[in-house]
Amino acid sequence: MSDLEDKLYTVKYTPDSNSHLQPLQECCRLCKSKICTIICPAGVYEWDEINHKLIVNFENCLECGACRIACESCSLGWEYPKGTKGVTFKQG
Amino acid sequence: MMEQEENKTDVIVVGGGPAGISCAITIAKAGKQVVLIERGKFSGSKNVFGGAIYAQPTRQIFPDFEKSAPIERKTVEHKYAILGEKDATVISYKNKSEENVSYSVIRGKFDRWMAQEAEKEGVILVEETVVRELIVENGCVKGVRTELEDYYANIVVLADGVNSLLARQIGLRGKLSPKDVALSVKEVIKLPQEIINERFHVNNDEGCIYQIFGGPMLGMLGLGFMYTNKSSVSIGLGVTLSELSEKRIKPYELLEELKKHPEIAPLIKDGELLEYSAHLIPEGGYKKVPLLFGSGVMVCGDAASFVNNLHWEGTNLAMISGKIAGETAVIALGKQDFSEQALARYQDELEDSFILKDLRTYKDLMDGMEERASEFLGYYPKKINSFFNMFTTTDSVPKHDKYWTFIKSFFKDRSIIEPFKDLWTVLKLLWSILK
Repeated sequence: MSDLEDKLYTVKYTPDSNSHLQPLQECCRLCKSKICTIICPAGVYEWDEINHKLIVNFENCLECGACRIACESCSLGWEYPKGTKGVTFKQG
Repeated sequence: MMEQEENKTDVIVVGGGPAGISCAITIAKAGKQVVLIERGKFSGSKNVFGGAIYAQPTRQIFPDFEKSAPIERKTVEHKYAILGEKDATVISYKNKSEENVSYSVIRGKFDRWMAQEAEKEGVILVEETVVRELIVENGCVKGVRTELEDYYANIVVLADGVNSLLARQIGLRGKLSPKDVALSVKEVIKLPQEIINERFHVNNDEGCIYQIFGGPMLGMLGLGFMYTNKSSVSIGLGVTLSELSEKRIKPYELLEELKKHPEIAPLIKDGELLEYSAHLIPEGGYKKVPLLFGSGVMVCGDAASFVNNLHWEGTNLAMISGKIAGETAVIALGKQDFSEQALARYQDELEDSFILKDLRTYKDLMDGMEERASEFLGYYPKKINSFFNMFTTTDSVPKHDKYWTFIKSFFKDRSIIEPFKDLWTVLKLLWSILK
């Protein structure tokens, strides 16, 4: 995990106060694969075993859209962050 | 209605990447009003690619770009690295005199430059603005709704990238599935210019592109890449989202493995990570091209799935499709006809261009590769390396015996039917490409 943190540390973000990623938690609870916790290149999604809840570290989002397409229960509300917010790539 | 008239322009282009900018500048040069809406802080700030741009198509939009654009290095060498688990076979093609070259660029610099050039031609650039939806009246696209305001136009061009939520909103395209996209992760690693020159055997302004097969991606439908910039190296990989999902692999862990491979590690040794990034690549090809136009609307670039994945072409298809959409818009404005029939010219021109011709040529490629990925991107890369291992190893075993052991292994490694299946797939692909 620390490897990924080092990587994300190099990315410039202007985080919003509200999440642009809105999973339907009731669908996430039923979802077996929880594939978003694997494929997200920024590790945005973590499954909280204790509270049975998907944690969304939306401020780390690289806005690629992989979770939107991979989500098997198709229950993920996904939109771009506001125009002034989100990631700014300098080396893309 | 008053508001509609005040906020109305000839054309709105959504997305300030290569497709959108090329479209907008084409329209502005013809003397028409065009507003280019970019959601990032500046053009290129949300964009990621390998990557390289291609001189010939870029010159069609920016004839003298080589004089003033922020270019990193001119590609003089293409390397194809076939990685085994620990070994590698590398094929190199070098050409320093070619005219239609490619250049490595950084999107944050290059796209920004292109957008500034477009502004000089009269394009009105609106940054930090997200188009949330299209305004549609009687089946005709009339404008865009942003977070703050509604803007109206005779034509809206969608150049909003691989995720194109807008093309989806109006039903021009369906849902993308995980096998239609590759998830790409990339790192830009800072190294002194002289070190890059030494390690990649190039002069100051010359660069090298690596296409990487196998290694940590052995058997997966995915490839790695490396590009030299002035004083950094871009390294990354792209694997279909379906493959990552099925095998439950974290993309950045795969990249870490690639960076550790004995063929790759010395090239980036002691470099400092400048930036990590991720992006989706449309991989569906011809079969996933959406409806390209409708009443008052056209779709170009990644939003239209215009990527030639075998040749690693994308920005060129984006630019030229944007240009054709721009020319079509200018003609439509001349006739004041923005109907579906009027904009059908866009599709006709694309059909006549390399864009849809090339995508059609390779329309069956991904299906074939997907079917046999573990063979073509796993078994054979390993086999190529084991051949050279056998050929170069001196161990007092008679060569005759070695050759026969190697030949027999093709029938022992796998079921006897597998080589025939591979041959069948290759013949099918060749037929679909060459017919």
